Amino acid sequence: MSKRDEDIIVCRCEDVTLADIRKAIGEGATTMDEIKRITRAGMGPCQGRTCRLLVAAELSRYLGKPLEQVMPSTYRPPVKAVKLGDLADMDADPEEVRED
Amino acid sequence: MRPSADAVVIGGGVVGAAIAYNLLKSGMKSVVLCEKSTFASGSTGRCGAGVREQWGAEHNIRLAKASIDMFEHLAEELGYDQDIEFKQKGYLILAHTEKEWDQFKKNVELQHRLGVNSMLLTPEEAKDIVPALNTEGMLGATYNSRDGHANPFHTTRAFLQAARRLGGDICFFTEVTAIELEAGKVKRVRTSRGDISSPVLVNAAGPWAAVVAKMVGVDLPVYTQRHQILVTEPVGWFLDPMVMSFSIGIYCQQTPHGSVVMGIGDPDEPKGYDTGHSWQFLREMASIVCRLLPVLRDVRVVRQWSGLYTMTPDAHPILGKVPGVDGYYQAVGFSGHGFMLAPVVGRLLSEMILGKQPFIDISGLDLGRFERGEYMVEPSVV
Ligand SMILES: Cc1cc2nc3c(=O)[nH]c(=O)nc-3n(C[C@H](O)[C@H](O)[C@H](O)COP(=O)(O)OP(=O)(O)OC[C@H]3O[C@@H](n4cnc5c(N)ncnc54)[C@H](O)[C@@H]3O)c2cc1C
Ligand code: FES
Repeated sequence: MSKRDEDIIVCRCEDVTLADIRKAIGEGATTMDEIKRITRAGMGPCQGRTCRLLVAAELSRYLGKPLEQVMPSTYRPPVKAVKLGDLADMDADPEEVRED
Repeated sequence: MRPSADAVVIGGGVVGAAIAYNLLKSGMKSVVLCEKSTFASGSTGRCGAGVREQWGAEHNIRLAKASIDMFEHLAEELGYDQDIEFKQKGYLILAHTEKEWDQFKKNVELQHRLGVNSMLLTPEEAKDIVPALNTEGMLGATYNSRDGHANPFHTTRAFLQAARRLGGDICFFTEVTAIELEAGKVKRVRTSRGDISSPVLVNAAGPWAAVVAKMVGVDLPVYTQRHQILVTEPVGWFLDPMVMSFSIGIYCQQTPHGSVVMGIGDPDEPKGYDTGHSWQFLREMASIVCRLLPVLRDVRVVRQWSGLYTMTPDAHPILGKVPGVDGYYQAVGFSGHGFMLAPVVGRLLSEMILGKQPFIDISGLDLGRFERGEYMVEPSVV
């Protein structure tokens, strides 16, 4: 027996289930961005690195489009979660610090 | 998409969504909303989504107050099955200079006269509301418990779903490319997905409002400017109100989800359509906010982005019709506070379009005010 959609976590950071994703799609979402805005999947601390592909796979299955055609949702830096205190203390040349 | 409609609304941000909904609710039969991307893709989806009655100019206070009245019942009215996350934990607005403090006393007096229950607080009283606040150098603060925050994506979507239920034709990925006039009247709207003939056209195109206005030959005295913003990981509850300072140029608010959203107003930000983000912003934001709320030092930033303010010469929106272009209406130039005004503006625009008396007098917010030299002043913006 497969697990019920409500029990399958797609986005661990934001606690979004497959049922939530399917509901958003069922209500007309056709892009990754829309799903993110409705469910928060992809907005968590890992910024979708864990869940992006799972959401895209679900959307591509539903739309019958190949994965590459499912629009990638906007990606927003910083790549790694940085502490505000560390940012505040930094006084090196910003351009140099940016390299990591 | 329908070939003809009673009204076409351009823009699927919160303002266009609210207008389309109100037109349908008030009995208009056929309304088409054209959005070149999807819902909340412009300023709305990038905004801080704070709502406050604590303004320094009469129009803003009246409009924001009526809007908050509506926010209080919005999810219910719209029959939305998810949460628009409206919370009312107040705005705490800090004064660090004498000039600011004098202004705040005047603001509060005006707010009281218009029925807003704002208060002047000592630094100690402010600290009672936000124990995490560093009050060093603070002269005082103003506070109003009815102010707050809502989720911009869900608010917009709630309006759009309700509009759809009332028979509205909500068209995503549909860009308006031209508007045909006939004898000074709106006649037909050209879109990337076909033409719609309609006697009424509403410009709610946010940062692109001037481009749309040009399509009917109207010049808007607006410019767009980038504003940057960031959000942290969710943390335990520590911040009830929005904390804001005009002289420092900062706002910072914890969302019901636990994450903390913050931005600064930087007059040196580029004008135009740039929505990139900078490392400098991260550092400046961090150093300002860590001074005001030192507990944030250990909290991680997970995302930064930017969006556009659409500024008018007096930081008030431009609402209503324009003489000489029959059937053309606009709700533009929100100058950084269009999210909170959207519910009331939706109602007012629909009243104007349907030929009713707007329930709040906004005749002074027309485009003509700039020619008449009737500028208003809003001293309290970030
Ligand atoms: C960083 C930041 C923080 C902010 N914080 C707050 C806040 O705390 N409180 C507050 O009240 N406000 C805030 N604002 C302001 C607020 O975001 C805007 O005033 C509000 O979202 C305006 O909504 P709108 O619907 O008019 O515009 P938008 O949301 O920009 O919507 C306009 C839509 O029109 C579409 N469009 C444009 N041209 C066309 C065309 N030719 N054809 C079809 N579609 C078109 C666009 O794609 C867009 O989706 C903030 C803004 C920013 C950038
Ligand atoms: S798992 Fe979805 S944002 Fe991290």
